[in-house]
Amino acid sequence: MNDEVILEIKGLTKQFGGVTAVNNVDLTLHRHDILGVIGPNGSGKTTLVNLITGFVKPTKGKIIYLGHNITGKTPHVIADRGIARTFQVMRPYATLAAYKNLIVPLSSPRVKRMVGGSLGDRDAVAIDILEEVGFERDAYVPYKLASSLPLGYLKRLELARCLALRPDLIICDEVFSGLSMAEIATMVPVMERLHDAGLTIIMIEHRLRELFRLANRVIVLNFGSKIADGVPAEVMEMEEVKAAYMGTEAVPC
Amino acid sequence: MTGATEATAGASPAPEGRRKERLDRGLKVRTEGLYAVNSYREITYLVGPRLLLILGLAVLPLLLPNLYWQRVLCVAGAYALLAISFDFLANYVGLVCVGGAFMTGVGGFTAGIFTYYLHVPWPISILLGTVLGAALVTLIWLPSLPLRGIYFAILTFMFPFLARGVILALGILGGTEGLGPVAGMDNIWIENYLVIVVLLVAVFGLRRLVGEDAGIVLRGVKDNDMAVQASGISVTRTKAKGLFIGSLAGCFAGAYIVHLYNFMGTSLFATDYSILPIAAAVMGGSGTLAGPMLGALILTPLSELLRGFGQLRVVLYALVLVGFILFKPEGLLNWLTRKYHQFEKWTKV
Repeated sequence: MNDEVILEIKGLTKQFGGVTAVNNVDLTLHRHDILGVIGPNGSGKTTLVNLITGFVKPTKGKIIYLGHNITGKTPHVIADRGIARTFQVMRPYATLAAYKNLIVPLSSPRVKRMVGGSLGDRDAVAIDILEEVGFERDAYVPYKLASSLPLGYLKRLELARCLALRPDLIICDEVFSGLSMAEIATMVPVMERLHDAGLTIIMIEHRLRELFRLANRVIVLNFGSKIADGVPAEVMEMEEVKAAYMGTEAVPC
Repeated sequence: MTGATEATAGASPAPEGRRKERLDRGLKVRTEGLYAVNSYREITYLVGPRLLLILGLAVLPLLLPNLYWQRVLCVAGAYALLAISFDFLANYVGLVCVGGAFMTGVGGFTAGIFTYYLHVPWPISILLGTVLGAALVTLIWLPSLPLRGIYFAILTFMFPFLARGVILALGILGGTEGLGPVAGMDNIWIENYLVIVVLLVAVFGLRRLVGEDAGIVLRGVKDNDMAVQASGISVTRTKAKGLFIGSLAGCFAGAYIVHLYNFMGTSLFATDYSILPIAAAVMGGSGTLAGPMLGALILTPLSELLRGFGQLRVVLYALVLVGFILFKPEGLLNWLTRKYHQFEKWTKV
């Protein structure tokens, strides 16, 4: 494991009116980590993602990415720096074929800069990336209209759209949710391959079994506060975590 | 896109035990991908409609009976450009722009100023009016670009009134009287063919653009601007590019009209320039670019025939809009395209 700090969050707080969605969260992420973020519904997981990626401006706190302060920067600037994200509610570019969805990130200034010139045939690159996340390499599926793809493929498409940006860090907001067991079983190796390829990954997930297989570190959010941080096995044994997830001890009757 | 599609419920109810089926024509399937160059039949099938449009527009001025109708064609061409501009912005950039009149006004006055005050020859004035006008429109609407849907529509709709108000209140640029004569093209054949050439360039150019990578990014903004931001692309900058391209067509229309009428005045900001293009787009088929052009080329002469009714003509646009939205929401060109590519037959259930 590399010791380079890729992302550092200090005292991050977000208040929506009177509601504190994220409360004083500290986090240090090293390169090549897979960090799992778990917590009950409404605990601030997606807000945390929105804060890191700039879609929501923090009330207080600092976000430092690769030594640069990215607090309050606009989403496209942050993405340009190399943080890609998926969206929990998937909205593909519906009027475009699946592979054409990737043309958008492939046309971004970041990709141009990283390739240092022309990508060549962007369509071919797009098909390659789709295959990486588990699309069939045939004359049919990648060419289907994105609006006609089933859920499993939409999740993969979200992931592919991130990869096309050539990010250093990707944040996956519930990429397993709504998938069948069989589909998750094929997605886990995809995530493993991405990790092996050198990516740092933050995963928000409710599928704890798969998450714990992948993640080397887990944080738990509850009512916006970080209540636990550590290796998966330890975290799940902590009393606060059990209480937050399962409720306090059952009353015998 | 092969295979049968079930026909939607039409006006007449389907008889018992039978169902209308829609199938792609064999020829259509044979013209997809590489097979397109199989034989002249396939090539004709693909090139035919495009050639028909080009040749049709090329001979149209020759078929018109008199100068009056040739002038109508000029005006219809200007409206067609506005309709294309509206369609492009609404369906490919996601900016519902109801301010076509602002484009004609800014483009018209910019070009007119060059010709009237600086005595620049009209071709250069029109070119400058188009490019500088589009840049000006984009710059003025830049702060409104973060707005979406109906909010952008309302704002753009107000701008022609604002501009007109400023000109009338300050008495600048001719004030209520307008300025003239502006040295114009003064040759009906040049006037006819200039607008036709520009129309064809706009339709084919924009249809090409929306399939290219740059156009795909524009369409991405329309479908999901958050995902575009997450891809490291500035949405505002992309929208501005789209708006500039769309405004080129609108501002050309304005610059052209000034040199057609040899006059510039606040009538360039007339609401007609905002509204008729929308009716034309709905009538011709939203999102096809060529459809709105056809819509405008039908609607303008029609409204000209009803000139005797004065302001009641606006009712015509409204009726066309309502009629098409209710009874043919896909619009003329989408309907024709479907008829061209598919056939219908009854099958037993």
